[in-house]
Amino acid sequence: MTKNIMIVGVGGQGTLLTSRIIGKAAMAMGYDVKISEVHGMAQRGGSVVTFVRFGEKVSEPVVEEGQADVIISFERLEALRYAHFLKKDGVLVVNDCRIDPMTVVIGAKTYPEGILETLGKDHTVRTIDAQAIALALGNSKVLNSVVLGYAASAIGFEKETWLDTIATTVPAKTVEINKKAFMLGYEA
Amino acid sequence: MATKTIMLGNEAIARGAYEAGVKLSSAYPGTPSTEISEYLAAYDEVYTEWAPNEKVAAEVAIGASISGVRSMACMKHVGLNVASDPLYTFSYTGVGGGAVIVVADDPGLASSQNEQDTRMIARAAHVPVLEPSDSQEAKDFVKLGYEISEKYDTPVILRTTTKLAHSQSAVELGDRVEVEDKKYERNVSKYVMMPASAIGRHLVVEDRENRLAEDASALSVNRTEMGDTKIGFITSGIAYQYVKEVCPEASVLKLGLVNPLPRKLIEEFISKVETVYVFEELEPVIEEQVRAWGFDVKGKELFTRQGEYSANLLRRVLFGKDEAVFEKQDAPARPPILCPGCPHRSVFSVLNKLKIHAAGDIGCYTLGAVAPLGVIDTTICMGASISSLHGMEKAKGKDYVKNWVAAIGDSTFLHTGINSLINMVYNKATGTVIILDNRTTGMTGHQDHAATGKTLKGEETYAIDLAALCRAVGVPNVIEVNAFDVKELEAVIKESVSSDVLTVIITKSPCVLLKGQKFPNRCEVDPDVCKKCGMCMKIGCPAMTRGADGKVKIDPTMCNGCGLCKNYCKFGAIKTVAKA
Repeated sequence: MTKNIMIVGVGGQGTLLTSRIIGKAAMAMGYDVKISEVHGMAQRGGSVVTFVRFGEKVSEPVVEEGQADVIISFERLEALRYAHFLKKDGVLVVNDCRIDPMTVVIGAKTYPEGILETLGKDHTVRTIDAQAIALALGNSKVLNSVVLGYAASAIGFEKETWLDTIATTVPAKTVEINKKAFMLGYEA
Repeated sequence: MATKTIMLGNEAIARGAYEAGVKLSSAYPGTPSTEISEYLAAYDEVYTEWAPNEKVAAEVAIGASISGVRSMACMKHVGLNVASDPLYTFSYTGVGGGAVIVVADDPGLASSQNEQDTRMIARAAHVPVLEPSDSQEAKDFVKLGYEISEKYDTPVILRTTTKLAHSQSAVELGDRVEVEDKKYERNVSKYVMMPASAIGRHLVVEDRENRLAEDASALSVNRTEMGDTKIGFITSGIAYQYVKEVCPEASVLKLGLVNPLPRKLIEEFISKVETVYVFEELEPVIEEQVRAWGFDVKGKELFTRQGEYSANLLRRVLFGKDEAVFEKQDAPARPPILCPGCPHRSVFSVLNKLKIHAAGDIGCYTLGAVAPLGVIDTTICMGASISSLHGMEKAKGKDYVKNWVAAIGDSTFLHTGINSLINMVYNKATGTVIILDNRTTGMTGHQDHAATGKTLKGEETYAIDLAALCRAVGVPNVIEVNAFDVKELEAVIKESVSSDVLTVIITKSPCVLLKGQKFPNRCEVDPDVCKKCGMCMKIGCPAMTRGADGKVKIDPTMCNGCGLCKNYCKFGAIKTVAKA
C-alpha cells in the first residue's frame, strides 16, 4: 500500500528539505520512493507544495486530491488551501503560524478567520507552534525539523531512522540542533 | 552490486552524461533544466560551463562534437527557440562525437512564459527525441541518446518535463565509460552548410530519419505492455506514470523514442486493442501522426492541451469521477513575490512613485508586474524589454517613451539584451534602459554569469564590466547607482527619461539571497509614532503587515534589514535595530 505525504507551506520555509528527509527515511526503510519538488519562480514566497510517496512500487511522483495520508502544513492558510487533498481519514499536521499573502497585505483579500476550527470539522488536525520551540532553541531555521518531529508519528518509522536521516541530510554544522529540534517536536 | 540511490531527474541526466563519457557540456540556466549543469559540474572528467545564452551553448556543443568528443547542451523549452538556428542546421551536418541536447518543457508553467512543446520543433528540425518517465530512464536515455546520435549521425534531443526534472526516484549507478574521440577529418560536404553541401545533406537527413523510424519498432525503449485488450494507451514520459497509476491492468504502448514514431509497433498495438487512447501532455504530436495513418484513436477531444496531466484527470475522463473526498476550500491566492530585502523592490518603488511604465524581461523582476508595485507592463522573452521599448519609440516618437523605461536583469542583459541595446545605439534611440544588476541569475537559483567573475565550476575568471560594455557599444550616457539609494535613483531616472539622450542606468545591489549578502540590521516600527497612513505598505514588502490596531508591524524573522521602508515613512516611525 502506497503512503502519500504532502508538505505545503510558503516558499522559503524549508518544505523542500523536509520532503527530502522523509523520502530518504522511507528509502532507508527499503521502500520504493518518489519525491516531487518545486523549483524556480514558485519558490519566491509563493504557495509551495511537495510530495513524497512510498510503498512497494510507486508510479506517479505526485499526490492528488483525495489521496493524502498526511499533510504537513507549515502555515495555516496553506493547510486550508490543500486540505481537500486528504483521504477520508487523513491527518493534517499544522504549524500554527500565519504569513499574510500579498493579496492580504494590500487589502485585496482578508486572511480567513478560524481556519483550524473549520478544518477540524472534517479532518483530524494536529497543531503545533513550532516557531516558539525553534526560537527557544535559538534558531528559527530549525522550525521545519520541529514540525517534522511532530508529524513523524503520523508517517511512521522508528525514531532512530529519522535521526539518522537528518544527520545525513542537513548541513553538517546544523546536525545536532536539527536533531534536538526534531526530538522537541517528536515529544510535543 | 550496483549502487542504488534516489536522484532528482536532473541529477540523473547529469549522471547519465557522466557515465556516457561526455567531455563537454554548455548551458544557460532555465527552470526546469538548471540543475543538470550544476550536478554535472561536480564531475572533474566533464568540462561544464554557463554560456551567455542557449544559442551559444548549442554551438559550443556542436564544436565539441565536430572535434570528436561526446558533448551536451542543456536548456529549457524557450531556450531551444534561441538555439533553434544552430539546431536546424546541426540536424543537417550531423555529428562527430555524439551530441545530446537536453530540453526541459514546462507544462503547467511552473516558471515560464509559455507552454510550448519541444517535440514540435524537433519534428520540424528532423531531430530524434527521447522522453524518459522517471529518473532511472533519464539516466539510461542519455546514454542511449549518444548511441543513437553516433549510429545515425544526428544530434538527439532528450526531452523532459517539469515533473520529471524535479521529482526524485531510485537510480542504479554505473561506471563512467571513457569513449574514444572520433577522429576529425575535414569534410566540406558535411560541415560547411553552403547550398551545394546542404542540398546533399537534406537527402541524408530524410534517409536517416526513415531508417531510424524503421528501426524504432525494435528499439527496447519503445515497449508494449500487453494486459486487458479492451482499452489501451499510447503514452510517453511522465504521462505513462499516470496511466500505470489509474489503469495497471490496461495494455500500454510506452514510447521512449517519440520522434520519429515506430509506425509498425503502433499499428500492431492498435490492431490488438479495442479502444486506444493517446495520452500525451501538451500538443497532440503522437495523436496527429497516428490519425494521419488512418487510425481512429481517442486523444485531445478528451484530454486537454493545457497544463500538467494527472491521474485524477485520467480518472475523470475514464470513470466520470476522481478520488477527491472533500471540497476545495476558498483560500486567498499566494502568488510568488519579491523577497524581503530584494533590490528590485527599491527600483520599482521609485518607478511606481514616478508613475513610469516598464517594458519588462525574464527574471524575478517580472514579479514587479503585480500589485502593489505594478510597474512592469510587458514580458515577452529574454532581451525583449530593450527592443520593445525601442519599437515603441520608433513607432510613436520620442515623447511617447518619456514615461517608459526598459527593465532587465544583468544575466538577461548578457543573454540577448546586449543585441537590443546595440540596435538602440545604431538607430539613434533616446530611451532609458535600467539594468537591474544583482550580480547573479536569480530566479533559477543563483547561477553565475559572464559579469560575476566566477565560472560554473566555481573558478575565478574575468568579470565583464557592464558599464564599460554599454559605453563600448556607444551608449552616450551610462550611470551606475546603488539600487537602495532611492533619492539618487529618483533623480537619475527623472532626468534620463526626460532627456533625449539614450541612457543606461545600472542599479547595483546583490541579490539578498546570495551568500554573505545580509544587511547588518533589521527594521522595526515604533507604534507610538506610526500614523497608520500605509505609505510604507506601498512597497509590497512581505515582512510588513498591519496589526489589529491598524499600525504596521514588521516580522523580525522575515525582515532582511534593507531599510527601503524607512524611505517611505515621513513620520520617521521605522527604525533600524540590531538583528537578534
